[in-house]
Amino acid sequence: MTLQVENLTLYYQTLRGDARALEDATFKMADGEIMGVAGESGCGKTTLGHGIVLLKPPMKFVRGRVVLDGEELPIWDMERMREYRFRKISIIPQYAMNALNPIRKIGTMIGEVVRSRGIDYGAILPELKRRLDLVGLSHDVLKMYPIELSGGMKQRVVLVLSTLLNPSVLIADEITSALDVSTQKAVMEMLVEFRDRGFVKSIMVITHDISILYQVADSIMVMYAGQLSEKGPTEVIIHRPRHPYTKMLIGSLPKVGVRYAETRLSGIPGSPPVLLDPPPGCRFQDRCPVAFEKCRDVPPFLEIEPGHFVACWREY
Amino acid sequence: MMRLDRVSKIYRVGAFGARKLPAVCDVSFDVRGGEVVSLIGESGSGKSTIGKMILRLISITSGKIWFNDMDISTLKGNALKEYYRRVQGVFQDPFGSYNPIFKADRIFQIVRREFYPHIPQADWDEKVERTLTSVGLNPQQVLNKFPHQLSGGQLQRFLIARALLLDIEFLVADEIISMLDASTRIDVLNLLADLKARGLSILFITHDLSLGYYISERAVILYCGRIMEMGRTESVFSNPIHPYTQLLMDSVPRLDQKWAKTVRSVEDGDKAHLAGCVYYPRCSKGTPECTKAIPPLVEVAPDHWVACHRW
Repeated sequence: MTLQVENLTLYYQTLRGDARALEDATFKMADGEIMGVAGESGCGKTTLGHGIVLLKPPMKFVRGRVVLDGEELPIWDMERMREYRFRKISIIPQYAMNALNPIRKIGTMIGEVVRSRGIDYGAILPELKRRLDLVGLSHDVLKMYPIELSGGMKQRVVLVLSTLLNPSVLIADEITSALDVSTQKAVMEMLVEFRDRGFVKSIMVITHDISILYQVADSIMVMYAGQLSEKGPTEVIIHRPRHPYTKMLIGSLPKVGVRYAETRLSGIPGSPPVLLDPPPGCRFQDRCPVAFEKCRDVPPFLEIEPGHFVACWREY
Repeated sequence: MMRLDRVSKIYRVGAFGARKLPAVCDVSFDVRGGEVVSLIGESGSGKSTIGKMILRLISITSGKIWFNDMDISTLKGNALKEYYRRVQGVFQDPFGSYNPIFKADRIFQIVRREFYPHIPQADWDEKVERTLTSVGLNPQQVLNKFPHQLSGGQLQRFLIARALLLDIEFLVADEIISMLDASTRIDVLNLLADLKARGLSILFITHDLSLGYYISERAVILYCGRIMEMGRTESVFSNPIHPYTQLLMDSVPRLDQKWAKTVRSVEDGDKAHLAGCVYYPRCSKGTPECTKAIPPLVEVAPDHWVACHRW
């Protein structure tokens, strides 16, 4: 197991109390697994990704354990995490285009980053160039400023930079949401290639777009309002989902080949609960068509068949 | 209804506007009454620029836009106001469309002040409530609230309702659902379909092909400010002829089939201003011939137009 997360609970401190953004997340990522994390905005998927790498206020560690390669990560300690960040666990943030320093040339900036980790830029440069070739960028980008690159090119620069030290886990947070479909496909395929070449062991792909996950992920985890709803192999989640939320979410996606005139899709009525004071129990119960009294207790995230976990009282 | 005739927009950039940046070049298409046309393109393809030109938010460098045989660039004063009574837009970011200091329904009061000052308040309130109901909102729940108290989907419906309060015939919908959540975006899309059934023409600007296919009768594919392919949605989607459209169709993530292993095509820096086809630097089928002249848009099948030398 590359990554093991147990009962991870993270809140945001606000003036009106704690927003319960992530509640008791428990899951595992195998070696070489590309795990997709899907859900709507506010479901806690970004909180999960950032909490493991950079847990800073207003985010607050409540409880839980994160074990990476058999070693517990001190995620609550900003200073001690410094040893692991970038070397062992790395992230491509949501707005990767803005992650580059606008007043440094790309090469200068990468040099500063690796030197801050005590690594000689000259020694790593050949590997850096080799990886730029892999993502289809010319070596000239090292002499350019970020403003000279398009969004997709910046995204690829950040992909190369964040995996330069061969981390065990890479967290890719919404890396394709600002790209058009052809670039999106190229970037996702590069991510898979980086895994296949062993530059990173496992990848957590966070996105709101399930159809992208279907293309590249080995497994998909669906989240709703801070709780894990379902996790399982990609084929199972897409074709045989068990949680009502997963079913409705997949059913509401327009597909090429579907016209409203022939098939009218429908959304999920209602809206997610406010996380400052969520209702007790399953947080999907207000919008769930099959909710019953039992749903006022929190459903456990149980393995109903090998590798397929569901948190729904109707499914046990 | 709305007809674009060789419309171009050239921005002047750099010191003293020395460099020309063509955002839209020679674009011609029309939107008929009661029809949804989707304008599909990647970021920077000029799709929003076209929407803004139709709404007269930016000027046209060359070409003409005709609305019911009326040249919109000549409209001034009352005539322009009459135009806005019939043509309205809704934009991508519902949160950015409101002033957070005021209650969200202030947008309706502004419409009344500007366009219907003679209607009594009671009648107006009733009209607002009727319109809100028609876009699927419960007036009691959403009136008298501040923007932060409403969800993105509700705010976006508010904006559509605001447009419907006028006697609109044409709506420019610029990426209106890309910021909404998956579970609610389909409802806004269905709302557009219902409006279309009532005779409204819609220009649906999007980068998402599956959304474009879901709602529109005709599709226009843009690349670098030029039309690559356009026509009936079924023909363009099921029988794409231009290499760019083919690439897009291959890249759309689907839930029923996985991506084919194809040659990877990524953009490589500056889209140079070549003399010929703008797509040539990325094209897998291009020949040196393609750099010599700009391919004209030709009709390859009934209502299916392609701009490619090699179709």
